[in-house]
Amino acid sequence: MRAAGHAGLIVLAFLATSSGAFAQTPAGIDTRRSGSEFMGPSTQAMQKDDALNPAMLWVKEGESLWSQPVAPSGKACVACHAAASSSMRGVAARYPAFDERLLRPVTLGQRINQCRQHHQQSAPLRAESQELLSLETYVAFQSRGLPLAPPADERLAPYRRQGEQRFMQRMGQLNLSCAQCHDNHAGGRLGSSVIPQAHPTGYPVYRLEWQALGSLQRRLRGCMSGVRAEPFAYGAQELVELELYLAARAKGLPGETPGVRP
Amino acid sequence: MTQRAWAAALVQSLAAATLLLLPAVSPAQGPAAALPDSLTGVPGDAARGRAIVANRQTGLCLLCHAGPLPEERFQGNLAPDLTGTGARWSEGQLRLRMVDARRLNPQTIMPAYYQADGLNRVGAAWQGQPLLAAQQIEDVVAFLRTLRD
Ligand code: HEC
Ligand code: HEC
Ligand code: HEC
Repeated sequence: MRAAGHAGLIVLAFLATSSGAFAQTPAGIDTRRSGSEFMGPSTQAMQKDDALNPAMLWVKEGESLWSQPVAPSGKACVACHAAASSSMRGVAARYPAFDERLLRPVTLGQRINQCRQHHQQSAPLRAESQELLSLETYVAFQSRGLPLAPPADERLAPYRRQGEQRFMQRMGQLNLSCAQCHDNHAGGRLGSSVIPQAHPTGYPVYRLEWQALGSLQRRLRGCMSGVRAEPFAYGAQELVELELYLAARAKGLPGETPGVRP
Repeated sequence: MTQRAWAAALVQSLAAATLLLLPAVSPAQGPAAALPDSLTGVPGDAARGRAIVANRQTGLCLLCHAGPLPEERFQGNLAPDLTGTGARWSEGQLRLRMVDARRLNPQTIMPAYYQADGLNRVGAAWQGQPLLAAQQIEDVVAFLRTLRD
């Protein structure tokens, strides 16, 4: 299906000599690969060509929301941030980041909702709502091609460590950890799916299986349901911590939002 | 691993199995370890076992394993092919692998199919239930025993 098999086998052969997603060969070759490299050629083509990429609809929608005034403040994002192409360039690549008001790490979506609440005096947008996903995709789109650059902020370190521990912890009725699939079996075939290395570089992504755009948290909750674990709620600290760890693990890989995934 | 370490690991995992009262593991240790006694006393039904193995919601086996079920496409490749398992392993050895493969390899990714405690954050719909019921384990074992070549 979706011609993923061939690419998967090549990747499997490539990974067979490495021990995990972090692996650096003695020659210093980085074996980390974006999820898009584990996909079939037709899905890859869909991501590469903006005219074919369904997620570009959300980018366009985000672009129009960017300059739409929000009641009751009547302020649009553009009123404070001007052109996103310059003010938001590289911003998504630094998220999750430590929030000075909440004194804890927040995702890009949560940061946007901070502006909704404190700068637009409006209600926060619901997780996975079209509006929030569109704004988040539009902001992340401004970092396309830039390397993921998680901040060296020491205040993030304990949260990132929590995320790392959770990544290693078995969970659910199937009793599997993220690491068992994504560090130890990346490139392998789980039923019809090729297991990627779990890099968050393309999010929010358009997923063919969802027939929609979804956030990284939706993806992580999907993996938890897959092992029959109780997913952490949207916005839960546990998911933010996992995102922090994933960002550190993918540091330096280029952002590719808006991604397309099988 | 030494014989002693195997024995200690087995005793430990047995002690953890408080919810389901499992029959003791036979004295043979290591890969030869087995659970020779039926979990139910009712012989397994190989045809029902085959249907469980083929079903991606019930058995889930084909997520990781390939096997001689030619009508099933998209079989996994994370685990050994099930072809020939009936020739490689006795009924008791297969039962032990189904009940709790961790007793042979604590790091295994194969879920313990007849174990419902000692797990972390099990989803509400699955809490307190093993992946398969005792008779389903017997059915799967009966099917695996038919895979002789
Ligand atoms: C049983 C195996 C398994 C486990 C356990 C698992 N995943 Fe996944 N994960 C997958 C598969 C398979 C995919 C790709 C699905 C697809 O594209 O159809 C995936 C996709 C992902 C992606 C998306 C990568 C991309 O390129 O878009 C991320 C991120 C991820 N997983 C993180 C996690 C985290 C964090 C955990 C633990 C909470 C976890 N996974 C647990 C199998 C697993
Ligand atoms: C009234 C002014 C104002 C409006 C309107 C506003 N913002 Fe902001 N935004 C700020 C300020 C000021 C900051 C810096 C952090 C702070 O003080 O809250 C910020 C920070 C951000 C950041 C984080 C930047 C970084 O470098 O980490 C993002 C992303 C963002 N805003 C997006 C948006 C979006 C999307 C909208 C519209 C939905 C919006 N903002 C509306 C004032 C505003
Ligand atoms: C998430 C992955 C996974 C699932 C699901 C799974 N297995 Fe396994 N299984 C393995 C792995 C990996 C091994 C290799 C030994 C080890 O690591 O414990 C294995 C080993 C076995 C063996 C021994 C094979 C041999 O020849 O040594 C049998 C038999 C077996 N599994 C049957 C099943 C059956 C039947 C099911 C479903 C009811 C199943 N497995 C589900 C991963 C899995």
